[in-house]
Amino acid sequence: MNMTGKQKAWITAVTGGLLVLAILFHLTGLQELRSSTLILSTVIAGAPIALKAFQALRMKAFSIELLVTIAVAGALFIGEYVESAAVTFLFLFGAYLEARTLEKTRKSLKDLVDMAPQEATVVRDGREMVIPADEVEAGDRVLVRTGGKVPVDGRVAGGRAHLNEAAITGESVPASKADGDAVFSGTIVDSGYLEVIAEKTGDDTTFARIIELVEEAQESKTKTQQFLEKFANIYTPGIVVLSVIVYLLTQNIELTLTFLVIACPGALVISAPVSIVAGIGNGAKNGVLFKGGESVESLAKIDTVVFDKTGTLTKGRPEVTAIDAFGGDADKLLRMIAAAETASEHHLGRTIVEEAGNRGMVGLEQPEEVEIIKGHGLTATVGGMRIVAGTRKLMAENGIGVTPEAEAAATAREKAGNTAIFAAVDGQLRGLISIADRIRPEAQDAIRSFRANGVKQIIMLTGDNRHAAALVGRQLGLDEVHAELLPEDKVAFVKKLKDDGRRVAMAGDGVNDAPAIATADIGIAMGAGGTDISMETADVVLMADRLDQFAHARSLAKATVRNMKQNTWLAVGTVFLLLAGVLLGKILLASGMLIHELSVLIVILNAIRLVRYNGGKKERMPGGVEPFGPQPAVVE
Amino acid sequence: MKQVVLQMEALTCPSCIKKIEGALGKMDGVEQAKVLFNSGKVKARFDERKINAEEIERTVTKLGYPVLSKKMSQSAH
Repeated sequence: MNMTGKQKAWITAVTGGLLVLAILFHLTGLQELRSSTLILSTVIAGAPIALKAFQALRMKAFSIELLVTIAVAGALFIGEYVESAAVTFLFLFGAYLEARTLEKTRKSLKDLVDMAPQEATVVRDGREMVIPADEVEAGDRVLVRTGGKVPVDGRVAGGRAHLNEAAITGESVPASKADGDAVFSGTIVDSGYLEVIAEKTGDDTTFARIIELVEEAQESKTKTQQFLEKFANIYTPGIVVLSVIVYLLTQNIELTLTFLVIACPGALVISAPVSIVAGIGNGAKNGVLFKGGESVESLAKIDTVVFDKTGTLTKGRPEVTAIDAFGGDADKLLRMIAAAETASEHHLGRTIVEEAGNRGMVGLEQPEEVEIIKGHGLTATVGGMRIVAGTRKLMAENGIGVTPEAEAAATAREKAGNTAIFAAVDGQLRGLISIADRIRPEAQDAIRSFRANGVKQIIMLTGDNRHAAALVGRQLGLDEVHAELLPEDKVAFVKKLKDDGRRVAMAGDGVNDAPAIATADIGIAMGAGGTDISMETADVVLMADRLDQFAHARSLAKATVRNMKQNTWLAVGTVFLLLAGVLLGKILLASGMLIHELSVLIVILNAIRLVRYNGGKKERMPGGVEPFGPQPAVVE
Repeated sequence: MKQVVLQMEALTCPSCIKKIEGALGKMDGVEQAKVLFNSGKVKARFDERKINAEEIERTVTKLGYPVLSKKMSQSAH
């Protein structure tokens, strides 16, 4: 036999009614009826409790239901009908309220799951048909109209639309999408019409994987949680032993049973998990993906933040600002270097290729014998000519002379915030390609927020030249800037910080930062938008490409840990006060049960505040309208 | 190897986790059973030659947890 939530709610309501009836009989002096009503109420409410106790016992599990059942049987036996009826009712009512309020702490995740697309309109055999979203196959042409949800991950192949990507990035300002753009499942067409070729469907979509990650994260246990569980494992048998001692000393069955029931660690067991669940849920809704409770705890503890420069503090979308050709044609040089760089995955290389495209250069030659020198550049053969493009160091290693004039030109470009790429053809330095990147508009505020939130040192590490790095460092007021580093130098630097006893967060944007991200106490991947590597190596993933999400993640983590501590103390404190009260004879079974259930509810209600937490900031409202209504739940 | 995900009503007691995982773990053919407490799901990886998803579902139901829906997939392992 099974009890659904609804049936339990009914039983609770019926027994509640019976208790009111019993009070009426008591007032009118009908003691006989009063007792039978109370017994009836005890049996009705006690049955589901006893059933659960029995089911658990069959699995050799020790449950609180078993304790309550023993206590209630004992109370009936000694004729304490008021006690038995009140305890069973309170236990059921408490469980009902717990379930209702727990639901609220899980609301954020449920909201997210509800955003999952259910059906898709596809074109098959020239016909439009509506099918369940799970049944779309890769390669299908999917149609999405205004108000509709994109049901797959894929590429736009027709139409144009403004897309609300809040489900993926937490950013609700619509983004414009047209041919060739990548779109994600779960996003909503705000206006327009899209035809999408499906690439990933069903459980493989980024959206499905985000939900899976969040679900798994909410299950993973923090150190506090692990401690509490260990504590409960010692505590529960300890209480049983203690209650035997209490009985032996007092010979009082009623007191012993009360002691046993009241001592159950209800609030204790859920105190930490509810905070974590609410915190992780809040993050998920705001585009911050915590990989687990552990990540929340570590992020709250950090005192040093290390940033990568390009793509993290800056936009990461650099542009070619100048081409200095030494005694030659700038376009010709660009064409040759761009041809070589088509083999590069590096963002600077891609920028050069892009610039060639912008200047209308088509049909770039195929590079041959390409060798990528990580962090330095590349060498290749284009049209029979030997190309070396990259850093100063690369020039030196290849025995290419840099004249004082060229060096002066490069330094001038670098001081203006550019990265200068040295370009040599057939062993001769032929020119410089200067590339610059802009600082993210929200970087300043994010860094201010870190400092206000207890981060002592903010450091930038970059593979870029020291002038460009120093410029960004000055503009943002960073504590330390280290330039011209290779990925392994970044790892060594982060390791050294850790050895010095710092708790380090490392934020970076992709593959080249992955080792340092993995080394730090906590790694943050920026603007993942679904890239696999960053989603797997980082502890925290920021889905939208925005630094203010990082600042939110940090203050949210602190608020969550604070909330968890409040809950733990409240739960432990309540149990000890109750036990003392019971032993001193001040608290009876029914009143103890009431306080016990109340403490559980307070713990959950406290956690619910985190669901609405927004970092003490006011919500951004269109048109400068100040929001009315509830103030931030937790104020920094 | 297949995987089944059972969606249940919201779970409220953390002790349910041990109960369900313990019971499923003892079944012949169940490779791994995991309860996702906060999302109210049971994930079980099993050998389809020894046991089927319905038997797993029945065990969970018998323990006192109604199953709302189930979803099967081929396990990667």
